[in-house]
Amino acid sequence: MHIVNFTPLPALLGGAIVGLAATVLLLSHGKVAGISGLYGGLFVPGTTDRPFRSAFVGGLVAGALLLLIALPRAFPTTSPVALPLVAIAGLIVGFGTRLGNGCTSGHGVCGTSRLSYRSMAATATFMATGFATVFVTHHVLGGN
Amino acid sequence: MAMKGNLFAFASGLIFAVGLGVSGMTSQDKVIEFLDISGAWDPSLAFVMIGAIAVHFVAGRIVRTRKSPIFDTKFHLPTSQDLDAKLLAGAALFGVGWGLGGFCPGPGIVSSVKGGAAPLVFVVTMTLGMILQHFVFAPRTKSAPVQAAR
Repeated sequence: MHIVNFTPLPALLGGAIVGLAATVLLLSHGKVAGISGLYGGLFVPGTTDRPFRSAFVGGLVAGALLLLIALPRAFPTTSPVALPLVAIAGLIVGFGTRLGNGCTSGHGVCGTSRLSYRSMAATATFMATGFATVFVTHHVLGGN
Repeated sequence: MAMKGNLFAFASGLIFAVGLGVSGMTSQDKVIEFLDISGAWDPSLAFVMIGAIAVHFVAGRIVRTRKSPIFDTKFHLPTSQDLDAKLLAGAALFGVGWGLGGFCPGPGIVSSVKGGAAPLVFVVTMTLGMILQHFVFAPRTKSAPVQAAR
């Protein structure tokens, strides 16, 4: 193991901004700022608070537009992963985050901050399978 | 009241996206280098979690001393502490997809706004995966449509 491309300060700052965003939603609506939950709820029947969810997702889009102007290097122009693999990854991420009731934001940031056992277990689990997956794709199969 | 509340939801989403962009989470390379612990390791994204949790742990505690949030009569936070197979299987699958593609849901959505092929494909298939999950599991778990917003 050797350390590369280490950018701890932007990472800490960006993380703190994410923590602030989650706090705004907790203060205004008392809800978890979990992106897979808020976004995914827009695509299944029976969701009641669509305007609220749409407003949050609209905010994500507006934030992305702001980044495009102010920090365009946040968006790399090339993907290190071939498109068919990206497609499979998306399918697994969508299915898994809904099955496990959360992703990096809901479990990783919000749940862990509340010291929720479920979220800490989920976070440890997705980190572990994430490490294992990259180990297999990069060092066992020697792919991309 | 609802309109004003949605303005806060919009602001939260906007701030969230900016944080993701500043942190480096919108870079698939950076995510995969973070998960590549036995190779050329970039530990930066651990600092994203540290920054986010440090702020939300403290600020969230202060907010939760209130009787209620501003635009609702009560907090809607999950209270279950039970670990179950669905939670762990879902998280395990998510980690596999995260490692394969280098995107989790937030950075995928934010990156897709620029219009690159990879994030667009990711968001489309992620959405299909979410819909698929609903139709595989929802008939058996009546609570699925109103499950806590995570």
